Amino acid sequence: MTYEIILDWLQASLRWSAPLIICAMGEIFAERSGIINMGIEGIMLCGALCGVAVSYYAQSQAVALFACVILGLVLGLMVAFLTVSRRTNQVVTGLMINLLAIGATNVIFSVLTVMRHKRATTFGALFPESMHRIPLVGPVLFAQPFTTWIAIFIAFIASFVLYKTRWGLNVRAVGDNPQATATAGLSVIKLKYQTLILSSIAASVAGGILTLASSGYFAAGGMTGGRGFIVLAAVVVGGWDPMRTMFACMLFGATDAAQLRLQTTESIIPTQFLQMLPYLITVIALTIMVKRSRVPKTWGAAYDGRRS
Amino acid sequence: MNENSILLKMQDISKSFPGVLANDHVTIECEKGHVLGLLGENGAGKTTLMNILYGLYQPDQGKIFVDGKQVVINSPSEAINHGIGMVHQHFKLVDTLSVIENVILGIPTNKAVLDFGPAKKKLEKLCKEYELFVDPEEIVWRLPVGKQQWVEILKALYRDCKVLVLDEPTAVLTPSESDQLCRAIRKITEQGRSVVFISHKLREVIEITDKVTVIRDGKVIGTVNTKEATQSILAEMMVGRPVTIERKARPTVKEHSAVLVMKNVNAFDDRGVQALKDFNLTVHAGEIVGVAGVDGNGQRELSECITGLRKPSSGSITIQDKQVTNVIADPSFVGFIPEDRQKTGLVLDFTVAENLLIKDYKEKPYVKNGFLQYSEMKKHAEHMIKKYNIKSPSGDIKVKTLSGGNQQKVVIARELDAQPVLDVASHPTRGLDLGAVSNVHDILLNERNRGAAVLFISAELQEVMALSDRIVVLYSGQIMGELNGETADQFTIGQMMLGQTTEAKK
Repeated sequence: MTYEIILDWLQASLRWSAPLIICAMGEIFAERSGIINMGIEGIMLCGALCGVAVSYYAQSQAVALFACVILGLVLGLMVAFLTVSRRTNQVVTGLMINLLAIGATNVIFSVLTVMRHKRATTFGALFPESMHRIPLVGPVLFAQPFTTWIAIFIAFIASFVLYKTRWGLNVRAVGDNPQATATAGLSVIKLKYQTLILSSIAASVAGGILTLASSGYFAAGGMTGGRGFIVLAAVVVGGWDPMRTMFACMLFGATDAAQLRLQTTESIIPTQFLQMLPYLITVIALTIMVKRSRVPKTWGAAYDGRRS
Repeated sequence: MNENSILLKMQDISKSFPGVLANDHVTIECEKGHVLGLLGENGAGKTTLMNILYGLYQPDQGKIFVDGKQVVINSPSEAINHGIGMVHQHFKLVDTLSVIENVILGIPTNKAVLDFGPAKKKLEKLCKEYELFVDPEEIVWRLPVGKQQWVEILKALYRDCKVLVLDEPTAVLTPSESDQLCRAIRKITEQGRSVVFISHKLREVIEITDKVTVIRDGKVIGTVNTKEATQSILAEMMVGRPVTIERKARPTVKEHSAVLVMKNVNAFDDRGVQALKDFNLTVHAGEIVGVAGVDGNGQRELSECITGLRKPSSGSITIQDKQVTNVIADPSFVGFIPEDRQKTGLVLDFTVAENLLIKDYKEKPYVKNGFLQYSEMKKHAEHMIKKYNIKSPSGDIKVKTLSGGNQQKVVIARELDAQPVLDVASHPTRGLDLGAVSNVHDILLNERNRGAAVLFISAELQEVMALSDRIVVLYSGQIMGELNGETADQFTIGQMMLGQTTEAKK
């Protein structure tokens, strides 16, 4: 019995961390380029609804994910226009997008009444059924929906892009010294647009996966439950490094999965306290890690190209 | 003159900013293989002109010719494409990246994946060719400033520039590094490249350039062949009146008690590297102790430890037998002119009156029942503006609108007006023009004559020698040697700045 619970928990931990990882990889690039895309919580929420709705109507998960990409692109352009071109405050802009997203998804969801009691089909597993029965690794690893594997794959790709490609070098440079990057002949504005669009697409897709990889439902009124904010914390805890951030996301995913399981067992700990756990862990991790990581130098600061 | 030999020509360039005409019909020409000196005081418009050349600003009017062809330069990448390389006064390097990463940053290529192999080979060849050696793998912030300068130059040469602009390149170099730079510049010009050398240091300009164009208040005052020029001619063209920085006569001050005593002080910098090592120093009343040395050898930590802004890891610092434990806010005790007046010395968005009272705002009559008394503050500001000859229309204007020299006067007025027993002046003349420099020198000398102990930190050897009673040379957090201000010679100090003690020399 306990063994099964533990297996179930491990399986869920990885499953829950997949959207966090995907979202975090995009956010790393945005923050490395100096911009905090605080709106990822809201973008994720929009992505979650978009994923379920498109999957329901189009009866295709591929189309649903593609719709999420387009949605992320549009929202990313909006964030970039505000924070880069108009140099608005990044925190306020992010909050605005998050609030807007809650309202917008509620309205749209209330119109789509047919969807309310139907489930969208969820993602299948990558490995054949027979492998799921292998003890331990079977249920924990091979029964994972394929999105979990994609998330881990994306983390490795992100690491490669950030450290081994020219574009990654440009991104690392621009967040630390935009003036130097500009005098080297690169367009600071263009780079920031690119990273913001990338992070928004990642957040939107992460939202889609959040619903399509587990429940298949969209729940109105903030179903992302602050996961976007947890990603923001994970990126800081992970020191803006894809691999370390992936592990931070897994830690948060594991706590989330644990609290869900503890809620259903008969325990003397009140559910409200359990629900708080992931956020508590976030705060603790932040206090421990923040001093040790190196913040991109112009993190959160607007770039004014006219001043050199 | 043969038109074809002109590699760079900027003709009739004008550029105005709100309220300032930074460049007024400026024309400069640089021949192939020549070094053109661009001489002028701070704020004369040299840097604006070069920023126009590099595409950072657009001129209001005027034309630019490279190799005889007229070009329009809208951005740094276009400037690079036209063969213009620039080493800015404030380096444009990404600290957290390695040398080689900085060098190849922004170079257009078809390859998406980084491959440092060929780039490293090319860089190492350039290092050898110009005798500017740097380790391509080293992270830039770990490099001393001199080496960072080499990286900047190599970066431009790597892009195969035809014209290399050096904006105040020697400000951060030791004398021997400056010589090394001169040799590199010779080699660069031998290959038919041209160098534009911006400076306000006359000696170097005469040593290195073929022609000098002097700019004052945004206008070209004249262009002379360097061979026919002397320091005094150039200085007069630059300032508009004869000037010299010479050692000023000074009375001996009778009282000579020790004011600042530092014993075995150890301190770390922000990166956790030891910045001061078993540091011992005593400054007496009525003397100016000059701290010479290349920037970044512990000067900043030294001034911060004394004023209590940084806690030493061990050792003791006393001022008039009082242990320094916390930030000293009492202006009648210690006056502190910080090295970066814009970041540490002033709140740029505050008015002159507010900046003048940043330390005293809690005192009567400037505050009454918890409310600031603006009329009193204004009176105080007007008094100080008159007393310290600050060029500001009133106390109500924001301090960021003042010129650098006048901003420094605001800091000095605040810090020194209460007649502190100890003055700590960290690079007080940095970025100021000659007139303002001599003004600051006079003020510090008066402080000494009044009986204050003055610690004078500067990277400019000439002014340390002109002003100090005693000179200590700081190298890597330690004092390399102490010299008498009257008898000190530039060579000995230069050697010490490189970490060689006099004994080692003999």
